[in-house]
Amino acid sequence: MSQELWNYLFIGLSFALYIGIALRSKAGSTKEYYVAGGGVSPFANGMATAADWMSAATFISMAGGIAASGYNASRFLMGWTGGFVLLTTLIVPYLRKFGKVTVVDFLGDRFDSTTARLVGVVCAIFISMTYIMGQMRGVGLVFSRLFEIEIATGVLIGAAIVFFYAGIGGMKGITYTQVAQYVVMVFAYTIPAVFISLLLTGNVIPQFGLIGNYTKEGAEAAVPLLEKLNQLNVDLGFAKYTDGNLGTLDMFCITAALMCGTAGLPHVIVRFFTVKSVKAVRSSACWTLACIAVIYLTAPAIGAFARTNFINEVHLSTYTEVPEWFHNWEDRGLIAWVDKNQDGILQHQAGDVFEGRVPEFRDERGVSGERLLTNPITTNANEVFYDRDILVMANPEMAGLPRWVIALVMAGCVAAALSTAAGLLLVLSTSISHDLMKKVLKPNMSDKEEVHYARIASFFSLVIAAYFGINPPSAIVAKTVAFAFGLAASSFFPTILMGIFFKRVNKYGAIPGMICGITFTFGYIIYFQFWVDHTNYWLGISPEGIGFVGMIINFVITLTISYLTPPPSPEIQAMVEEIRMPSGAK
Amino acid sequence: MKEETAQRAYWHASIRIVIGILVIWFLVSLGCGVLFREFLDKNVSAVGGAPFGFWMAQQGSIISFVLLLLLYRFLMNRLDKKYGMEDAV
Repeated sequence: MSQELWNYLFIGLSFALYIGIALRSKAGSTKEYYVAGGGVSPFANGMATAADWMSAATFISMAGGIAASGYNASRFLMGWTGGFVLLTTLIVPYLRKFGKVTVVDFLGDRFDSTTARLVGVVCAIFISMTYIMGQMRGVGLVFSRLFEIEIATGVLIGAAIVFFYAGIGGMKGITYTQVAQYVVMVFAYTIPAVFISLLLTGNVIPQFGLIGNYTKEGAEAAVPLLEKLNQLNVDLGFAKYTDGNLGTLDMFCITAALMCGTAGLPHVIVRFFTVKSVKAVRSSACWTLACIAVIYLTAPAIGAFARTNFINEVHLSTYTEVPEWFHNWEDRGLIAWVDKNQDGILQHQAGDVFEGRVPEFRDERGVSGERLLTNPITTNANEVFYDRDILVMANPEMAGLPRWVIALVMAGCVAAALSTAAGLLLVLSTSISHDLMKKVLKPNMSDKEEVHYARIASFFSLVIAAYFGINPPSAIVAKTVAFAFGLAASSFFPTILMGIFFKRVNKYGAIPGMICGITFTFGYIIYFQFWVDHTNYWLGISPEGIGFVGMIINFVITLTISYLTPPPSPEIQAMVEEIRMPSGAK
Repeated sequence: MKEETAQRAYWHASIRIVIGILVIWFLVSLGCGVLFREFLDKNVSAVGGAPFGFWMAQQGSIISFVLLLLLYRFLMNRLDKKYGMEDAV
């Protein structure tokens, strides 16, 4: 069976599964649409949340990012898992007890203010919108690589499918599809890792392979894999794999901002409103993190294996004799080779091969048969360009795995992108239909009307997201991480936290705190990403990590003003008392 | 009045649990994985073939997070039971 056929088969089957599940779980009421009726089992919710959490970027790019930057990439590994400890201990049990259907609901009620509600809506929409644009782009990329169609067509296909089950089925529809998507993702991610671990280290478990010996060149030549990799990196002029080159303060701030941002992302928090009780929230959080950890613990192993394998197979090989996958991915434009010294041999070193971010290919081929580029060529010794994403997508080919494994990985990529897009879409539509329409503009509309508005809102959100997926404001999509996490860390996380743990905090403090935190973070990111051309960051903190500073600003301003102004009303204080006690959650 | 003091005691006990969990959380991730990584890489024995700080940053911290959440769940559920805060099923 050809590769194309396998791909169509796997992706076709997985789509049929998702749509079948969605059809069986169509939402009727707002409670079903927003929080799946509130009776999802903790284990199912854990898998669904994990699928929601792991985006196309995590699935495709994270291992490649680790391979390319070694220790530096630990900030994502720790940030995107450690945030769940904050989320579970500080935020979700209390918001679940509060018992409303959105995060903004809490801000609006706790600070008894329409302004707080509106600030929350704007933050929620902005965070979810920047995030979903990248997802739509991811869906489009995967489809275009798979079926060799235009990215735009891929984005539209993805949007149609997501609308079909998220827009129609609401939270109930997406929860059960995400359970299926998690299963697809976890197999797609771990099976190739097991095979490549066997190939390089002889160890079945990738996590043991990572700390084990490199045995590909025979047992007598065995050295620890990471030592081997450090040596390769140093020989080729890169930083040591286990050291990295980010400043400690920057690394600290980025990791902390990612953690706090995780705990403040609305599309993650609402997932825990779908279970029955506070006790179920705690179990569900354990399942969620365990499901995520399976993939996050595998990623560093894949990264190290892929990098070792790549350097070994490519560096100093003759172009005409490199493995077939090299030519395949060159044909798809994700690998490029420039024979700078005209010797027909691939030299991989530190440094950019050419100017510009991506290779622009000409129609002609060079002396050895390689594709020629139109980019201006740099003078350093590096001749091999590769897109980091191929380290996951091409991993099965590099390891010589059967075709169905490759098709499975492709289905996994699609599942990752769709599941995250669906979760975000839900936050966007509920922010508009519930937080804006129902609570501010049109308070007396019926339940049925509200669901109706939610569907309309999700349709228009998708249209906008698809538009930006097709025509990405390139600078923004690449910086999605800095934006979404920085803004969540400086707005939702500290404000919700203080709303629960400090009874004395009032709206006079919370609103300016949120606005200052988010404005500072937003301004700093815009200033360094779009305004100036240099990177003389304040104290060396890059825009990715500035959300941590924004969060501190929010804390200081909110607490200072709150203690100088009158305390909140007795009713609100009683409500805070109430959410601190776990029993009786509705 | 009596109920109020019980609620207060419950709240203080739960805050103690949260603080305890978060202190460990900080030490295993931002502590071992970032602030003291270089020191640990040099001075603590490696985990298999991986330097200790590096291993904590890419594997150990994540494993600890899962264990911490299990511990949190256990302690909080026990606390709920002690103060009669459980939901009747």
